[in-house]
Amino acid sequence: MSAVVERPRGLAWFQLKQEVEDFLYMEADLLDQRCFREWLDLLADDIVYFMPIRRNVKFGQHAEKENTRQGEGISWFDEDKWTLGKRVEQILTGVHYAEEPLSRVTHMVSNVRLLDVTPSAEDPAEVTVGCRFLVYQNRVEYENYTFIGRRTDTLRRHGDSWLIARREMILEQNVLLAKNLSILF
Amino acid sequence: MTTTLPIDQMIDTTNGMISREIFVSPDYHREELEKLFTRAWLFVGHESQIPNPGDFFVSRMGQESVILCRDMQGKVHVFLNSCRHRGMKVCRYEQGNTSLFVCPYHSWSYTTDGKLQGVPLYRVLYEGQLDRAEWSLIETPRLHVYKSTVWASWDPDAPDFMTYLGDAVDHLDQVLDCRDGRPGGSEVIGVHKWILPSNWKFAAENFLGDTYHNPSHRSVDMIGIGPSARAGQSGRRDNEYNKGQHVWVSFPQGHGVHSVWMPEGFDYQPSYAQYPEVDEYFRHCFHERKTRLGDKARIMPFTGNLFPNVSYHGRQPRGLCVWHPHSPTETEAWRFFLVDADAPAMVKDVLRRFYMRYSGPAGMTEQDDMENWLYATAASSGPIARRYPFNYQQSLGAFKRNDPLPGDVSTQITEQNARNYYDVYARYLKGDGWDSLLGRGDAVRVAAE
Repeated sequence: MSAVVERPRGLAWFQLKQEVEDFLYMEADLLDQRCFREWLDLLADDIVYFMPIRRNVKFGQHAEKENTRQGEGISWFDEDKWTLGKRVEQILTGVHYAEEPLSRVTHMVSNVRLLDVTPSAEDPAEVTVGCRFLVYQNRVEYENYTFIGRRTDTLRRHGDSWLIARREMILEQNVLLAKNLSILF
Repeated sequence: MTTTLPIDQMIDTTNGMISREIFVSPDYHREELEKLFTRAWLFVGHESQIPNPGDFFVSRMGQESVILCRDMQGKVHVFLNSCRHRGMKVCRYEQGNTSLFVCPYHSWSYTTDGKLQGVPLYRVLYEGQLDRAEWSLIETPRLHVYKSTVWASWDPDAPDFMTYLGDAVDHLDQVLDCRDGRPGGSEVIGVHKWILPSNWKFAAENFLGDTYHNPSHRSVDMIGIGPSARAGQSGRRDNEYNKGQHVWVSFPQGHGVHSVWMPEGFDYQPSYAQYPEVDEYFRHCFHERKTRLGDKARIMPFTGNLFPNVSYHGRQPRGLCVWHPHSPTETEAWRFFLVDADAPAMVKDVLRRFYMRYSGPAGMTEQDDMENWLYATAASSGPIARRYPFNYQQSLGAFKRNDPLPGDVSTQITEQNARNYYDVYARYLKGDGWDSLLGRGDAVRVAAE
């Protein structure tokens, strides 16, 4: 991988990790606070937002066949900023009945790790971050969904903040155990 | 086969009333599994999923797990996915290639044509008792491959698939044929599987011809998510059928479709506005298709449902959906997305992106359907709610027979397709013979003229 996983880790590395964590928590909070437009502003114009469908495959075939691939065939999500913008726009119509009334959602983000930093922790232009997510959705009265999985984000330096340039979400389910994926991850 | 359930009291299509019981009651769910899903022709999969000998795709027929498999000789089979010894699933991978299905429990193994091959310690424990030839995997007695789609029935007496399909074939062809009118040629580019907490018939009915639910998709129509939405067009698909006569057609076998009968000499409507290459491709296909099909090219598809649980979208988007009941109030939905196998990569890419944003649990259009089906099921479950039937009186009697297309044709939005569907449904639950299930000699089906 990269220089940052090598030890010893310097102060810059820990500062960067803290900064990235703060960014991810702030971002999650925007979604949970239903600040959808503000959330969109955190996405790079060329963002790739990808959630594969996961299949039950034979031992030894996981790397090759377990997940559907970005850029081909059908996944749960394989989209760009325009489509994500449409998702937000749809919620804001007030007649998107799958989110009207709005769901109650909490995004938990944990196990945050810096996987790659370029060019350096001292002067980071792009950071690849791994984390786990637990997204709890409660809807209307009795609907409850828990989405748990792994996420890999690529963050791009943007002034004193970041833009999300890539988000890959690996949901730990095969048959989707929910009627909808009407929330943002 | 007879039933003790008061089906005729539950389903009154003459007056347009259908009890909520059939959507929520465990008794009807059980009866459906016993009498309907064991007899009707069901969609199992697509040949593009199993191109080579030894290829398999695990599918479902109603409540049962089945294996769609191409044997070493190239023949297609559908087997019950359950070992003959103690019932363990012999395959828990979704798709792959194998020469043997080995049961994890006691290691009985079966070849790709279903034959029991390996029985551990056979000589010592079974010699002279177990006749292996008698203990093959259980295979559907009926199987038919139509334009690469694989269909099966558990009823050895079922009519052949083409009779079962009847005149609905002209509409299904618009889903399965190449966009330029060559027969067949589709491929599956992905499968969605998800669970929805609603009765499966809400979903089937939705595709059967319930155009009346259009307002529930207002949000996508407002914001525009169609293939030309990036160029600023509203709506959830292109307006390909400008000037066409919408038709809602029901068939004696229980199928129902919503298609469009285009006027003579109709022309291509520009589509895929942001993608000139794709627009050009579809323009080319359009003219090829007209040349190839002649008058039949005037049929253009929206949606349909082939009795009982196979729904389709014909063009934008394009695919087959299967609604597998888990319980009266829970359904496992599978969607198979289709493109022309030989379409250019750019076309396939634009289509798959559109399919994903339109369809299924992550699809902006269909999320609203799922919300409706869930709460319609939930709000129909109580004893008070169940006293009051659903209303199916829309456009009662307003259809013509075989004009301008074969079948009972309405030119206005109608629930005739649903009334017909539940007539046929009732016959299955009453255990009628195939003549009745195919709608032959049917006194109820009176044209409105």
